[in-house]
Amino acid sequence: MSSKHSIVGKNLQKVDGFKLVTGRPAFTDDIYLPGMLYGKILPSPHAHARIKRIDTRKAKELRGVHAVLTYKDVPRVPHTTAGQSWPEPSPYDTYLLDSKMRLVGDRVAAVAAESRAIAEEALRLIEVEYEVLPAILEIEQATADGAPVIHDEPDATGIHDAQHNVAGYILKEIGNVEDGFLESDLVIEREFRTQRQQHCPIEPHVTISWLDSDNRLVIRTSTQVPYHTRRQVAMILQIPVQRVHVVKPRIGGGFGGKQEMLLEDICGALALATHRPVKIEYTREEEFYMARSRHPQILNIKMGVKRDGTLMANKMTVLATTGAYGSHANTVQGNTGSKVLPIYRTPNMRFECHVVYTNTPVAGAFRGYGCPQGYFAQESVMDEIAYTLGMDPVELRKKNMIRLGDIDELSAQLGEGRKGLPRHIRSCGLPECLERGAAAIDWVRKRQEFSNVGPNGVRPLGERRSPLHPESGHLRRGVGVACSMQGSGIAGVDWAAALLKLNEDGSFNLQVGAADLGTGADTVLGQIAAETLGVTLDKMIVCSGDTDFTPFDVGAYASSTTIISGGAVKKASEKVRDHLLLLASKMLDIPVDNLTCRENMVVTKCECEKSVSMEDLAHFAMCKEKVQVMENASHWNTDSPPPFCAQFAEVEVDTETGQIRVVHLVTAVDLGVAINPMQAEGQSEGAVAQSLGYALTEEMVLDASGRVINPSFLDYKMLTAKDMPKLTTILVETEEPLGPYGAKSISEIPINAPAPAVANAVFHAIGVRFQKLPIRPEDVLRALRDKELSSPQRR
Amino acid sequence: MSDFHLDFIVNGEIKHWTIAPGDLLLDVLRREGYFGVKRGCETGECGACTVLVNGKPINSCLMFAAQAEGCEILTIEGVAEGEKLDPLQEAFLEYGAVQCGYCTPGMILSAKALLAEHPDPTEAQVREALGGNFCRCTGYLKPVEAIMAAARVYRQVGPSGARPKAERRSALLGKKR
Repeated sequence: MSSKHSIVGKNLQKVDGFKLVTGRPAFTDDIYLPGMLYGKILPSPHAHARIKRIDTRKAKELRGVHAVLTYKDVPRVPHTTAGQSWPEPSPYDTYLLDSKMRLVGDRVAAVAAESRAIAEEALRLIEVEYEVLPAILEIEQATADGAPVIHDEPDATGIHDAQHNVAGYILKEIGNVEDGFLESDLVIEREFRTQRQQHCPIEPHVTISWLDSDNRLVIRTSTQVPYHTRRQVAMILQIPVQRVHVVKPRIGGGFGGKQEMLLEDICGALALATHRPVKIEYTREEEFYMARSRHPQILNIKMGVKRDGTLMANKMTVLATTGAYGSHANTVQGNTGSKVLPIYRTPNMRFECHVVYTNTPVAGAFRGYGCPQGYFAQESVMDEIAYTLGMDPVELRKKNMIRLGDIDELSAQLGEGRKGLPRHIRSCGLPECLERGAAAIDWVRKRQEFSNVGPNGVRPLGERRSPLHPESGHLRRGVGVACSMQGSGIAGVDWAAALLKLNEDGSFNLQVGAADLGTGADTVLGQIAAETLGVTLDKMIVCSGDTDFTPFDVGAYASSTTIISGGAVKKASEKVRDHLLLLASKMLDIPVDNLTCRENMVVTKCECEKSVSMEDLAHFAMCKEKVQVMENASHWNTDSPPPFCAQFAEVEVDTETGQIRVVHLVTAVDLGVAINPMQAEGQSEGAVAQSLGYALTEEMVLDASGRVINPSFLDYKMLTAKDMPKLTTILVETEEPLGPYGAKSISEIPINAPAPAVANAVFHAIGVRFQKLPIRPEDVLRALRDKELSSPQRR
Repeated sequence: MSDFHLDFIVNGEIKHWTIAPGDLLLDVLRREGYFGVKRGCETGECGACTVLVNGKPINSCLMFAAQAEGCEILTIEGVAEGEKLDPLQEAFLEYGAVQCGYCTPGMILSAKALLAEHPDPTEAQVREALGGNFCRCTGYLKPVEAIMAAARVYRQVGPSGARPKAERRSALLGKKR
């Protein structure tokens, strides 16, 4: 597959790698502008309150303070912070500054001062009197009778049922699940709960904004969505789009958390108010309660299956909270249905979801986008079905999985806030993922050797475990599997453009609106252009994510960049190549049909072997022909080809401490063609690390007042180099007809299934099924104790 | 309190800086243009601001600049010799160990300190040395592989970069004393 290409499929180094390993100034905050002020936001101390009185006089009088803004000073424009395509599917329920506080950390006021210390002192001098309102902290309380109304403002729009705190509601059904359950021999219904996980990019959100010499507002910011941000900021600040210039430098990780316009509006407002450059940067603590997180969900899932393992019905009912604002409320939860249920052919599927407001930190886009929650529930129940039927979990999945040529109609019903498009499966490597993944973890042997759970029930705890470890009776091993799929861009919505320009030395400027946030997109897009033009990657000067200098792109989300932006790059490159061949034909006096581009030259296809170097050709174009070779192209897809993934976990559970140690995590992923296999592996490995944290350690914990009590890396546990298990990544390449050079996507999918694979492996090890994340040592110990107490031997 | 006028050796060059008593080393280094020293948490947890002070990796957000007076400070900017990358930097690129690159300077410096002490580290030692450097992108596998590979190069040809010898250090400071 990849071997027929010279640049695509090669492990080339990142085009931006040199500056990153040498620490050159490349990130948002790596500049200093003369006169730059420090912006700071006063966070609400209350989860739900109204500002009765706010007095900023003392703060304004403090020496070095240049602006203090409250809701009285700024336009009131309902909007969403979610960076999504127009028309935006998330409710307009957010304001630049408001008189009502809806979470601990909500914006009360903003200041700009000559130093951070002065800005912090100014915050202390703002006098606020609050009317504290009853707050909703638990998901189930949101719709209870008499619950306080979080969005009672009259000007919010797009909220499903504001009076009952329901931000969004989804109900889609294919077939009739109740009939499906009647036809089933086995029906299992379970409830799962998932927690609030934080993105934790090592670079916190940071924005620097200033007025340039044309009085335009420049916003240099750590964003995944430069163009959406430009549109949002213009609307919120009530200035023309024309007056806003968004610049995305290098980004220190985003994972969805920067698909959100979080600081750009307030930073821009302060720059407009002071006529000085202003920087605002979240502290790590602020990142935890003022940025975004993964939507917590309570999932009820009921699956019906024939005795032979054929799935007949799958009904998923979700109650999710979006926190205090409805950022990505409908679309994340829509994906919990549309990208999870259809992985298995099921004649009857039903997905219903309420997304409710609570006075808690705001959820938003997070790598996986609703799928990790859904797959935790679905893949756990699939495992239970396999055990109950006495089937191998891998075989049960193989029997039911979606296949090449299938058309998934559920995703047609669950579009991006509107009706979507049916998903045609034009490439599917899932069977190979399951086979190669199983081989890599030694599935068949370990299922038998570790087995605690067989047709005769659970092996008693006191018994020694597998012969592999005869000496350690309290350590139990198990292996588990889980599958997932994702999408590659949003069908019919995501689009991108690319501009490619030839320079007189034979190099090219590749200008893309795409937003490399550390994913390696600039490199992958450069490889696609270089491959198409027959030049080496070092001939590409890649510039991305600048609204003045690069064409439109929706931005980096929904696993869209390689397939959508890459599609645009390929088209633009083909147009440039055609132009180059015409010029070369004229220069060499050889018919165009007989010419091709390769190795930084245009050469003849026939044996006569005439050639011209790209440099000489560029010289000819610019000095003789006086023509700028430059083309642009736009691209979108009518479909979102899903990548597929099978993940296998081996765990060791210490029954004395409750500690779960992941020993080995295998990811076999069908990503289409890997444009850069090394980078693709890196995407997978990073996603797995985040998912293992989701499975075992990561959780934002709130106290009774709605405050995050663990807003630091000390108390919010991410996995370190020492905690990571052995990782095996297998790229299962397929050829996707809709992708550039056959590519699909990789960035999100490997985050979906490690958590259920671990949970299933834990069940294999100790016979306990955990339905709540994260699975903490105390949960394990408690479950083991309960199990022991209820075991027949004890009674 | 009045400002201090202190000498430091940063990447082999002597620096005379005016600092306030409460200034953190992180802030001073960034203020002086060493933007490769990254701000990630300011509480000594993430390791993005790691620099070597007299060869030891420290979180520069937890050290007062004044405490580093007279010390040799190595930041990421001093690891390469001009355009010639250190084997660690080469390996990070070669092995795909850089994604967003925000934690990369800290990881490379932690690794540099490790290799100075343990030229032939085990994988466990490498992981231990990276224990204080959070990376949210890579899952650590490729950085670990890169460091193991760089160790092999170090053993053959040695590291590069600005590393003033002890006598040069005293000469540098002595000049101004």
